[in-house]
Amino acid sequence: MTRVLAAISGAGGLIALLLAAAQDSTGPLAVRAFGLLVVLAAMLWLVRPVELSKWPSTVVAGGLSTVGAVLLLSQLDSITPAAGFWGATVAAWALAWLFVERLASIESRRQLIAWSLRLLIPLLFGVWLLVIWELCTRGLGVPQVLLPSPSAIGARMVSSTATLWADFKQTFLHAVLIGYALGCGSGFLIALLIDRSPFLQRGLLPIGNLVSALPIVGVAPIMVMWFGFDWQSKAAVVVVMTFFPMLVNTVAGLAASGAMQRDLMQTYAAGYWQTLFKLRLPEALPFIFNALKINSTLALIGAIVAEFFGTPIVGMGFRISTEVGRMNVDMVWAEIAMAAVAGSLFYGIVTLVERMFTFWHPSIRN
Amino acid sequence: MWPVIVVITGIVVIWYGSAVMLNKPFQHDMYKRANVENVSFSQLLGDTLNQERPVLPAPHQVYQELYKTTVEKKITSKRSLIYHSWITLSTALSGFVMGTLLGILLAVGIIHNRALDKSLMPWIIASQTIPILAIAPMIIVVLNAIGIQGLLPKAFISTYLSFFPVAVGMVKGLRSPETSHLDLMRTYNASAWQTFWKLRLPASLPFLFTSMKVAVAIAMVGAIVGELPTGAVAGLGARLLAGSYYGQTIQIWSALVMASVLAACLVGLVSLGNRWVLARMGASA
Amino acid sequence: MGEADSPSVASVIEARNLSLTFETGDGPVHALSDIDLSIGAGDFVSLIGPSGCGKTTLLRVIADLETPSDGSITVNGVTAEQARLARAYGYVFQAAALYPWRTIARNVALPLEVMGLPARERRERIARNLELVNLQGFEKKYPWQLSGGMQQRASIARALAVEPDLLLMDEPFGALDEIVRDHLNEQLLQLWDKTGKTVVFVTHSIPEAVYLSTRIVVMSPRPGRIHEVIDSTLPRERTLDIRETPEFLDIAHRVREGLRLGHSYDD
Repeated sequence: MTRVLAAISGAGGLIALLLAAAQDSTGPLAVRAFGLLVVLAAMLWLVRPVELSKWPSTVVAGGLSTVGAVLLLSQLDSITPAAGFWGATVAAWALAWLFVERLASIESRRQLIAWSLRLLIPLLFGVWLLVIWELCTRGLGVPQVLLPSPSAIGARMVSSTATLWADFKQTFLHAVLIGYALGCGSGFLIALLIDRSPFLQRGLLPIGNLVSALPIVGVAPIMVMWFGFDWQSKAAVVVVMTFFPMLVNTVAGLAASGAMQRDLMQTYAAGYWQTLFKLRLPEALPFIFNALKINSTLALIGAIVAEFFGTPIVGMGFRISTEVGRMNVDMVWAEIAMAAVAGSLFYGIVTLVERMFTFWHPSIRN
Repeated sequence: MWPVIVVITGIVVIWYGSAVMLNKPFQHDMYKRANVENVSFSQLLGDTLNQERPVLPAPHQVYQELYKTTVEKKITSKRSLIYHSWITLSTALSGFVMGTLLGILLAVGIIHNRALDKSLMPWIIASQTIPILAIAPMIIVVLNAIGIQGLLPKAFISTYLSFFPVAVGMVKGLRSPETSHLDLMRTYNASAWQTFWKLRLPASLPFLFTSMKVAVAIAMVGAIVGELPTGAVAGLGARLLAGSYYGQTIQIWSALVMASVLAACLVGLVSLGNRWVLARMGASA
Repeated sequence: MGEADSPSVASVIEARNLSLTFETGDGPVHALSDIDLSIGAGDFVSLIGPSGCGKTTLLRVIADLETPSDGSITVNGVTAEQARLARAYGYVFQAAALYPWRTIARNVALPLEVMGLPARERRERIARNLELVNLQGFEKKYPWQLSGGMQQRASIARALAVEPDLLLMDEPFGALDEIVRDHLNEQLLQLWDKTGKTVVFVTHSIPEAVYLSTRIVVMSPRPGRIHEVIDSTLPRERTLDIRETPEFLDIAHRVREGLRLGHSYDD
């Protein structure tokens, strides 16, 4: 793999070195210099005149790819990209992958290093996705309507913070969070009630399982009719969507404790509530958090989709559908970016809390 | 079986009760406007359960609508629910197939390449925190702009939703063989390819089917939502939207019931496939 | 309450005509049949037999985890259920069955919390019983950070924390390797000697049964019943070396013979 990537980057560098000529107008010299460096580096990996140990080669790959990215991005304004430019792009990208490959192979016993690597690698991947996106959209002159560049989206986000915040408040803080809390809470409580009746368990569980697989978003128009255009109807959709996953998971979790554990509580002559709080609820926590995680994405989907069926003139779903109509695609992407960040943070927080409470579970211990 | 029947009966009873409760105020308004007084309870009951645009349609109204739009209409008619169901179903299925293939492909890449595992896996998870359904209108409009129309844009949404459970489940499944089994393959000096076909893939099948059940259900959701922004032309999602424009509650509910039946059937089909494959593999199930 | 009520007979467990039948799809299974057994205070009694002989089931009946279908059982002179509600015994399972989300100290505290003891009393008992099983210094560790033998010792400390006069142990060392097992056997014997508790111990290992017990109950399967009760002639103070003595080997031989006879009866 290393050699393939080195060969790709070498070829790209060669193109940059030889072809970064007149068409690239102002910046050919820098691109050529970069191409030369890449070719030299690629030789190191391919021909191996000197044996590079792990660390220097990792640093070379990382450093060169970063230099390349910065150089190419800075050239975007002043040149019309041609062969040399794209050669350098390919070279920088291949080096970045090589860098990631190297980083991924590092096994460190020190927790801090292991942790930062676990963050750094996907982060690098994300940054490079953005770099390629920027280079391609602007370098190839992709029309804004099709796909705006990340920088344009960023500029749009900065210039319309007020609108974005209003939409965020309407959709996320009201509809999603309130609906999520109510849906998960009621699902949990009903599960506790059902748990006391084996009859209800046998009757409701198959139905709950079935309903979990149904396209519940479909209730959105009904909820909008019942609860009006404002966030209450969206929260109601979120409640219905999050209720069943929580119900099913909690019931399964409460049944998860082993026979021996329950015998143990019986030898202590422990009552129902003692067994529930000391044994069965802790044992159910991984299941409950599973539902909380599933629901965190379901809630956002439910709230936004419900806005397609009528809303006051604020909200993320509303904004997206109207701005698409006006071909303001950069605003749409700004909303998407916000939704993505909000969704990821929401999911991330739930995961963190999960780690705090279920640190003992085998899936988290390792 | 009995508990399920009892619970379903309970739900139907509660449904009828709620229908009467929710539709009563409007019925009283009607009586007042028509200057009808001293209405008997049985008449009130009958009227509330047979309104044209009830707040909550009674089960029999939904059933009648379903019967009318499936059995009594020609399949080619735009008013036939079967026609609309077919549109949604074909979208969901093509999205599901593409999503499953994509998911398997990603999983194979991830378990065979460390860099992919470390860099891609977090983004696969993050990808699902982006509410793709929110982007649905844009995807459809943008793809329309570059000339891709019809089924495919909607199917892409289903694909995006359904690839995730498959990818995650398959990564887990392909990694599920025990160390001793993997060591055994190493004693045979088996290639990565042979290990994949003879050990990893068979071991992952139960995981694949479990995630395919989730994937097919969510592909259905994607197909329905994908139909919303196209302006309510065809499909179950379009029926939902049109129903909500014109206040046709019975139409909304029948589309919803139809979508649920379809989703349940799809999940059931995957389960059947699961049993068939596992039985062929000789697993006792 | 029966005839065993007289204080002169210091009988902790009295079983009379005890039977237990499980109804299964393949017809009834006679797990226990006509068990008569009395266990005195301070005895160390082992129940030994092949799998399916009902030794674990008998222990579970004593612990009121199963209800007999016929016959009577008293523990400390009251019914098994009353004894359980009075927390008259500590029970050690085949696996340590510690809660992974609780530290070792809080695992030992579990029964004490259920009993509603005040915090100070709990702390004292945790310290005392962890010391008994040589686990002081591991209070703040989680079970999954400990070896299998240490986990099982912690679970014994948890059973002891109830401070019962009766200890019921269901193959507690079955999942451990032989070296750890020898060590724990020795410690258990010292513990028994120090505290003077009554122990009922289920095992399928002959040396373990002979080494530990004052009385060995040999059971046989289908239906599960008592084949023979062997009183040990070994002294109360024992070291692992005693296993080489002719006396030990003689008892072990008798147990083995009993097991063989009980088994062949079935063929």
